[in-house]
Amino acid sequence: MITLKINGLTVSVEKGTTLLEAAQFLGFPIPTLCHMEGLSPYGACRLCVVEIGEAPKSRLVTSCTYPAEEGLTVRTASTRVLKARKMVLELLLASCPQSKVIQDLASAHGIRQQRFKQEHDDCILCGRCVRMCEEQMMAKAIGFRSRGENRSIGTPFDAKSEVCRQCGGCIYVCPACQLRCTYTEPDKAICGGCANLTPPCAEKEQFDDMMCYMNPCVACEIKKD
Amino acid sequence: MQNKATVNSTIDTQNIQAILEKHAADKGGLISILEAIQAQYGYLPEQALRIVSKQTGRSLVDVYGVATFYRFFSLQPKGRHLVCSCLGTACHVRGAPRIVDELEQQLGIKAGQTTEDMEFTLETVNCLGACALGPVVVIDGHYFSKVGKSKVKQILEQARQGFDAADIGNDERIFPIDVACPACQHSFRDETLKLDGYPSLKLDVAVNGGRGWVRLSTLYGSSTVCSEPEIPEGDVVEFICPHCRSQIQAVSDCPRCQAPMIRLPVGGGGTIQICTRRGCKQHLLDLSSSQESPDWL
Ligand code: FES
Ligand code: FES
Repeated sequence: MITLKINGLTVSVEKGTTLLEAAQFLGFPIPTLCHMEGLSPYGACRLCVVEIGEAPKSRLVTSCTYPAEEGLTVRTASTRVLKARKMVLELLLASCPQSKVIQDLASAHGIRQQRFKQEHDDCILCGRCVRMCEEQMMAKAIGFRSRGENRSIGTPFDAKSEVCRQCGGCIYVCPACQLRCTYTEPDKAICGGCANLTPPCAEKEQFDDMMCYMNPCVACEIKKD
Repeated sequence: MQNKATVNSTIDTQNIQAILEKHAADKGGLISILEAIQAQYGYLPEQALRIVSKQTGRSLVDVYGVATFYRFFSLQPKGRHLVCSCLGTACHVRGAPRIVDELEQQLGIKAGQTTEDMEFTLETVNCLGACALGPVVVIDGHYFSKVGKSKVKQILEQARQGFDAADIGNDERIFPIDVACPACQHSFRDETLKLDGYPSLKLDVAVNGGRGWVRLSTLYGSSTVCSEPEIPEGDVVEFICPHCRSQIQAVSDCPRCQAPMIRLPVGGGGTIQICTRRGCKQHLLDLSSSQESPDWL
């Protein structure tokens, strides 16, 4: 057992527990985006930052990937943490302003303005869908491609995947609607799941063997300019 | 790496199988496998990646992810000539962007693209480590320093002519050498046919089940060859000594195209290694090696 202090409360957790889990056990809320139970931690969104250590030497770490350490002091809502979190959210909002999940998080954190240029990207590269596909569905149909600013998620060669079973898991876990609207090009569609919802822009008959978890999907209304 | 894209345009499963077998031993060898494929085809064909994924048990997503992650790998066929313009800080302040513009205009493509006739691929890099010479342009491994806008046309023309069309007599990197059979030590020199104005080197070859001969230029650095029958570009041949009829054994793999390379003793001491693939100009002269020099010297 490892004993550590979170926001002044002492807690003992098993070895290998992450700070996020320990804090949640005590009931301290930490917002997350790329983290999902059942998927391996990834640390992509940086939303779950917490402050560890003592004052002059304290630092920010992502709680979803940081394992609990003996005697660690953790603050989940210090001024520094809140400031960093707000910045992260503002940046996420700039890249995906249309995402309902991000909008809600931003408003919950009191973000009332947008200082950065809105990109209207359809993906924040949190990798949830990739991990879902690999770890839960054992399919490995989609993955990361390229690097740096060209990094993207999708199937190899952008071609219809041979291993995809159209389970729709990737869409189910997506916080930014990344893969929702591919049904306008059914050949490339990864799941095409949302096509059942009488979308305004697709032929319904083409997709009747599919079903969707999203209700309703509005991704197709968002167009990049 | 030029020429390969056009040499092997069809993907042959066995070819890739051979590469895979060579790398079967090292577990994390995906990058070496991709490197070998790119060396052979000049790019990574989709079909080849699919074969790699199937044969190695890696998922296609992973293979594709690695192939797109590294800048060195290209999924598009590259042109015969690779034009690389530096856009690093030093070159940038010395006007590299204008050079890139000029190159783009002359070639009619954007950076990162290949001309329709598959002659040129234009790429930019961020510093070649030769900042004092900027703006730097590299074409097929030949460096051009302090390139001005007016020089662009000329260097492209030079590339089109081919840097290998060497200027015999004026270029001191070109000199005649004599080469012998590693087994019987007989010289391959043959006075009956001259290449580049010098007696040629005659070797017998076995290619695609047939027999014939090849004559190579004695000039080191010149790639003039002639053969009977005509050997198609890209084919790998087996060399046979016309005197003792022994087959000349391969000693290593060509770093450019992975074909076997043979080692031949050079008159005056040392050895030369040459690639056995027709069209590949890879060679390696080693004058320090302690190979016994043949007695005809
Ligand atoms: S939830 Fe921890 S980094 Fe995204
Ligand atoms: S900036 Fe061009 S060589 Fe360094």
